[in-house]
Amino acid sequence: MSSHGIRDRVAIVGMGCTPFGEHWGRSADDLLVDAVGEAVTSAGITLDDIDAFWLGTQASGVSGLTLSRPLHLPYKPVTRLENMCATGSEALRNACYAVASGAYDVAMAVGVEKLKDSGMSGLSGTSMPGAGDDSRGEITAPANFSLLAPAYAAKYGLAEEELKDVITRIAWKNHVNGARNPRAQFRKEVPLERIRSAPIVAGMLGVFDCSGVSDGSAAAIVVRAEDAYRYTDKPIFVKALSFVAGPADGLLDPDYDFTTFPEVVVSAQEAYRQAGITDPRAELALAEVHDCFTPTELVLMEDLGFSARGQAWKDVTSGAFDLDGALPVNPDGGLKAFGHPIGASGLRMTFEAWIQLRGEAPPERTVASVAEGRTLALTHNLGGGPGECVSFVSVVGSELTD
Amino acid sequence: MPGLIAYGAYVPYHRLARADIAATLGTAPSRGTRAVAGYDEDTTSMAVEAARSALARDGLRTRIGQLFLATAAPAYLDKTNATAVHAALGLDPHVLAADMAGSVRSGLGALVTAARSPVPTLAVLSDLRTGLPGGGEESAGGDGAAAFAFGGHRNGAPVLAELLAHDTVSDEILDRWRLPGAPASRVWEERFAEEIYVSLADKALSAALDQAGLDRDAIDHLIVSGLHARACATVRRTSGVRPEAATADLTAQIGNAGTAQPGLLLADVLDRAEPGRIIALVVLGDGAGVLLLRTTDALPAHRAARPVAAQIAAGGAPMPYATYLSWRGLLDREPPRRPDPEPPYAPPAHRRNSWKYGFVASRCEKCGTRHLPPDRVCVSCRSVDAMTDEPMEHVPGTVATFTVDRLAHTPSPPMLVVVVDYDGGGRFRCQLTDATEADAVIGARVEMTFRRTVTAAGVHNYFWKARPLRTGETEGTGA
Repeated sequence: MSSHGIRDRVAIVGMGCTPFGEHWGRSADDLLVDAVGEAVTSAGITLDDIDAFWLGTQASGVSGLTLSRPLHLPYKPVTRLENMCATGSEALRNACYAVASGAYDVAMAVGVEKLKDSGMSGLSGTSMPGAGDDSRGEITAPANFSLLAPAYAAKYGLAEEELKDVITRIAWKNHVNGARNPRAQFRKEVPLERIRSAPIVAGMLGVFDCSGVSDGSAAAIVVRAEDAYRYTDKPIFVKALSFVAGPADGLLDPDYDFTTFPEVVVSAQEAYRQAGITDPRAELALAEVHDCFTPTELVLMEDLGFSARGQAWKDVTSGAFDLDGALPVNPDGGLKAFGHPIGASGLRMTFEAWIQLRGEAPPERTVASVAEGRTLALTHNLGGGPGECVSFVSVVGSELTD
Repeated sequence: MPGLIAYGAYVPYHRLARADIAATLGTAPSRGTRAVAGYDEDTTSMAVEAARSALARDGLRTRIGQLFLATAAPAYLDKTNATAVHAALGLDPHVLAADMAGSVRSGLGALVTAARSPVPTLAVLSDLRTGLPGGGEESAGGDGAAAFAFGGHRNGAPVLAELLAHDTVSDEILDRWRLPGAPASRVWEERFAEEIYVSLADKALSAALDQAGLDRDAIDHLIVSGLHARACATVRRTSGVRPEAATADLTAQIGNAGTAQPGLLLADVLDRAEPGRIIALVVLGDGAGVLLLRTTDALPAHRAARPVAAQIAAGGAPMPYATYLSWRGLLDREPPRRPDPEPPYAPPAHRRNSWKYGFVASRCEKCGTRHLPPDRVCVSCRSVDAMTDEPMEHVPGTVATFTVDRLAHTPSPPMLVVVVDYDGGGRFRCQLTDATEADAVIGARVEMTFRRTVTAAGVHNYFWKARPLRTGETEGTGA
């Protein structure tokens, strides 16, 4: 028994992505209609051509009816799924497997989340009866991820102020990128000093260290690789799909030190194996990673193998992950500039890979690495928190591997 | 001769300076401080802390045959509060746990009932005195708890103070009263009850001394407790005992904890009394009661691990009066823009009683790994259903990492959260209480404490938090 991967067996031939933001005037249904419509148009097909659907949403609806109702899909298979903050990526993964298996010719993955109807700050989540009464459920998401900061600083000998500079730069970088993206929730650069001095939310994290709360939807159309050029001359081939749910031992086991996500390490290594990548920092044209909070992106640079252990803070500081750096990370602005409509985020990352690898990003946001001949992009999506999380890594590419 | 076999007291960490009340409300200046229960404490949680302290020595918990919780501020009506204490202590299911709740005199009632019971009995006295802003109850009151186990002599659990005699006098009198639900108690003109109480105290003290064949000169420590301060002071001064025998009432430091006050004062005397000394505990209120105790040679080696005086000394810097008001629900502050906290749900809470109330984790029989909360599958060796109970309430730990959550819904923001690595293994993430942000640092030493974490939808949620292990306090002894 082993994992085989489906490298180059399926391709993405159409995508849609709504602007992310506070869509007071638009419902989850509206966002779905828009994202699905854009994807179908980009592939040059109609909804009737799609054989099966995978809908990812954490809490904006239950069952396949959440998609079939607004689109009035006629008797199609629609699966609604949820896998915490990796929900959107999970929809893509399942749609890809459905096509690779031969069960369907054309599948759609779509993700949506409507967060801004709750009236609450941050994510309010869903609760099972009694889930929080032994105090494990009470911590908020920023507080949960802020646990990384003091642990990382202590392990690598950084003063708190030094680490604050590092995470400030991550937020600054993603806002610089988002300012160049018409779909982003936040489209202004934010000065370093404003980020650094923003009101504190949890631990070391200020308001600008946290991703925003927004509404959005994104969709992808998946077909067999050999059919891909019937839909587009620039398909994006799926090289690797890797997903793990951790054993949830980090909050039990004193050996876990809060400076890594072991789930990310495992899922990244598996993705690189499937895709045949040996040096991700040199081979990838870009990476879209789950920057829910700035310390998360810092730790991910090491877990994904972009930086050596204990070195990511230096690489961040030197600009290695800037738009014009050695490996652009979150060139679309990331969760930081897009907010995090949970079911949509994973597919929003894939959308950035789609336009960058196809050379369709606006000039002010185009990564130089594609013109230099790199053809691979990585997306990384995680749900949960330090100590217990689920992690997804995909690699997609604009060319078939020989 | 049977008598007291264990005792322990609990003085909450927080203090309110009476001068701050006066400064805020423009009332007459007043000196000293009172003890204030944390926003996450009530009479039940304080009772658990006092009882844990009393029964910290090995073998004591299994000896207890019945448990009475006395309080004038019960956390619940209809539902028994003593069962939460019973669950937190992990007592045998057949142990009777019942409340003596409602009146301040129930503290005396529980002590006397325990003292003269043929069954080894734990009496826990707990109270939380609030009153209205600017009132005497707020200023003179205090919060706290004390626990006393009475029984016969056993090897390993000797009698620390013999019960020589006791007497009670009951009197129907409108001195202090409160209708159910009323925010503050009311009192009749102070001078009315003073003479009556002085007379009743004399009657009870005489009867108890007669039973014991002692005269007043024999008393080495006279404790007078009650909410009628003038009557208590008069009894202390005029009862005919040696002047040096009268003990201070601690109200300048921690206020008067009503139902729990006789317990706190008795514990304080037991913390320092030498062997062979006679203690007279006089309690006034709706009559009078007297317990005459003689300390034994076993007392010095078996005193409570946390003396009352040390707990008073370890109290925090006085809190702002506005914080006190908001903790007591007298100042309704804007809640965060977050969902209301969830109440506990009855079935999952009941399934996990030993974890939730007792902080009993599990330990893998195959590889020894501790699991907090208890699991069926070992996180280390994956063995299934090979677990034994692992009590953790007494195990101190070290902070591995931490955060300060300013977004979380808590009655006293911000919420301090720590990841605790326990001595001997095991990890748990929980709140840090009785602490400031400066206490949340990697490497800080902490211990566990039983708290009411939140009250939501009319249901109290009881669970454990970490608190700083403060210098000068003894690390928890084995349970």
